[in-house]
Amino acid sequence: MKVHEYQGRQLLQEAGIPVPPGIVVESIDHAQSAYKQIADEAGGSLVVVKAQVFAGGRGKAGFVKLVNSAKEAEDAARFMFTNRMVSPQTGADGLEVKKLLFAAGVDIAKEYYLAITTDRSTRKNVLIASSEGGVEIEQVAHDNPDAILKEQIDPLLGLQGHQARRLAFQLGFTGKQINQAAKIMSALAKLYEDKDCSLAEINPLIVTPPNDAHPDGQVLAIDAKFNFDDNALFRQKQISAMFDASEENPLEMRAKKVDLNYIQLDGNIGCLVNGAGLAMATMDIIKHAGGEPANFLDVGGGASEEAVTEAFRIILEDKAVKGVLVNIFGGIMRCDIIAQAVANAAKEVGFKVPLVVRLEGTNVEAGKKILQDAKSSLPTMQAADDLADAAKKVCAAVG
Amino acid sequence: MSILIDAKTRVICQGITGSFGALHTKGCLDYGTHVVGGVTPGRGGTKDANGLPIFNTVRDAVAATGADATMIFVPPAFCGDAILEAIDANIRVIIAITEGVPVQDMVRVRAELDRVNATRHRAERLSLIGPNCPGVITPGPKSDAAGAGSDAKNPYTKAGCKIGIMPGYINRHISESPLGKNVGIVSRSGTLTYEAVWQTSQLGLAQSTCVGIGGDPVRGFGFIDCLERFERDPDTHAILMIGEIGGTDEEDAAQWYKENGSKPIAGFIAGRTAPPGRRMGHAGAIISGGQGDAESKIKALRACGFEIAETPADMGAAMARAMKIEAAALAGA
Repeated sequence: MKVHEYQGRQLLQEAGIPVPPGIVVESIDHAQSAYKQIADEAGGSLVVVKAQVFAGGRGKAGFVKLVNSAKEAEDAARFMFTNRMVSPQTGADGLEVKKLLFAAGVDIAKEYYLAITTDRSTRKNVLIASSEGGVEIEQVAHDNPDAILKEQIDPLLGLQGHQARRLAFQLGFTGKQINQAAKIMSALAKLYEDKDCSLAEINPLIVTPPNDAHPDGQVLAIDAKFNFDDNALFRQKQISAMFDASEENPLEMRAKKVDLNYIQLDGNIGCLVNGAGLAMATMDIIKHAGGEPANFLDVGGGASEEAVTEAFRIILEDKAVKGVLVNIFGGIMRCDIIAQAVANAAKEVGFKVPLVVRLEGTNVEAGKKILQDAKSSLPTMQAADDLADAAKKVCAAVG
Repeated sequence: MSILIDAKTRVICQGITGSFGALHTKGCLDYGTHVVGGVTPGRGGTKDANGLPIFNTVRDAVAATGADATMIFVPPAFCGDAILEAIDANIRVIIAITEGVPVQDMVRVRAELDRVNATRHRAERLSLIGPNCPGVITPGPKSDAAGAGSDAKNPYTKAGCKIGIMPGYINRHISESPLGKNVGIVSRSGTLTYEAVWQTSQLGLAQSTCVGIGGDPVRGFGFIDCLERFERDPDTHAILMIGEIGGTDEEDAAQWYKENGSKPIAGFIAGRTAPPGRRMGHAGAIISGGQGDAESKIKALRACGFEIAETPADMGAAMARAMKIEAAALAGA
């Protein structure tokens, strides 16, 4: 699960990591007063107005603006609230913007990159830092891998002070910046574990030029990106409450409600499979047979007949779907449950498109019998002997 | 022979009174597994529906039954603790079936397991399989020697061992293999393993042991742990490895095989059509940061001497190609 930038800022602040003054704006009327509040607090006139959406390409679309007066702030807010944001990541319809972040503009002496993630190969959390901040870390990794520093975090000890200080020195922080940076690293490591993150990234982490309050400059987090472990949301009430479904695919949200793993894709052959690996492999074999999968769908092992029936409704709701492939290798999932769901869906929605069913495994005979009995309501159904046969039949039927 | 488990393995179930735990304890008993008891805190002293003794703690269960393997079905929130309890009780083979365990719990569990194993000789180390896996099965001979065609209600003998949720009947013991060859199977996916077992059985091959290592990003056994054991097991004649997108375990295993492997090997990677940045069901199945896509894994496997199954329907045939079994022999099987 991901959260918006303003929510990420809130998490940083709660963890004691300094961020520039900022405020969330939800209406045009609030823009002028919000601008004044931020400008006063920061003691400057520059404020950044940013649309709070997950889709990238905000800057180019005109949904990140620098403003220098209350009037400009209101104009920017009006533009963002009354236009839909269209970028390569949003599709042609674009997105409605519901929230803006007003953040104080700060002078930047230098930018850094700081992140924590879980390294699958060492099975430990790892702190990643670079003195080349403000750009995409994948680009840095590609162009200048030596500029990326890593520090393993011992799962039983946590990030130690000496590790954070060593990194701060290696990154080139000086004077009082060193303790500021080390404190931020320790706080971020604690936040990562406490909130069950899968990514906690500050990019850029910056140092301001020297000022009266901070003669060595101040270290600040300007932008942050968080991802959270979906498996742990049951114990992360604060994070779960931040969930925003407005940019999620509506069919995917429906599937989630009944514990189905469904991802909508661009093709025209819907598929219903048990098991994530087999579901991916089924997409692959459809492609191999010359078709294009319309979705990934793993009904899992414990799904009820009702959940599987809902799965068929979801697949058939996608207007691009011109054929459906059911591939079940019964283990925990019983073939008769799937067959009954096919029969239910046939009665309720009707399969107007070709349907190819391949059943194997637990209760396969019972499943085949249910389909045989329901044959009159399944005029478009074909049975398949094996996986290759199923893919071939559905691709041929769709044409 | 086999790896990890065999007919002598004595198994307990942690979470034996839950609906899944109870269902699959019965399934394992039916397959002939020596299930000797279970653990549900607070239910110690009672018996389950099969008459198996229930204990309050894993230590109690081990002391009373001599169990050397455990099958864990406790809910995700408590699974990490259940694994730690099994480690504490020094259980040799720990198989965690539970899906949805928080990754940070597994980071801590794995650190503790590695700490315990670090000071031990190889034979004394504890093995963790999973979580989010179908389990491990070492097929035994069926009572009806004809095997596959048998319609006897329960054809299984006490000579096999199934710990997990897989359908047992698709597996073949070597006594049922017309080709007289055993394949060792290791996979990140459950149902795709069943598909591979089914295909190899159809072609007349048997399975020495099948290990589902699970779909989570941080887990116990990896591919290499299984490849090492299959390599040492004299009764495993060939290896089938089934991977998927996400991480670099397949690449690492391919490199290990190139340096250490001698047995015929075939591989399949699921997820050629998976879009980047999306978690495909399994927590670990995600292409991120330009890493973990199927094509680069397939390339690595091929470069290290794996016979590649181009589609999931080709897994059995790819295994036969790697073993240089002629089409005529397969047809005869």
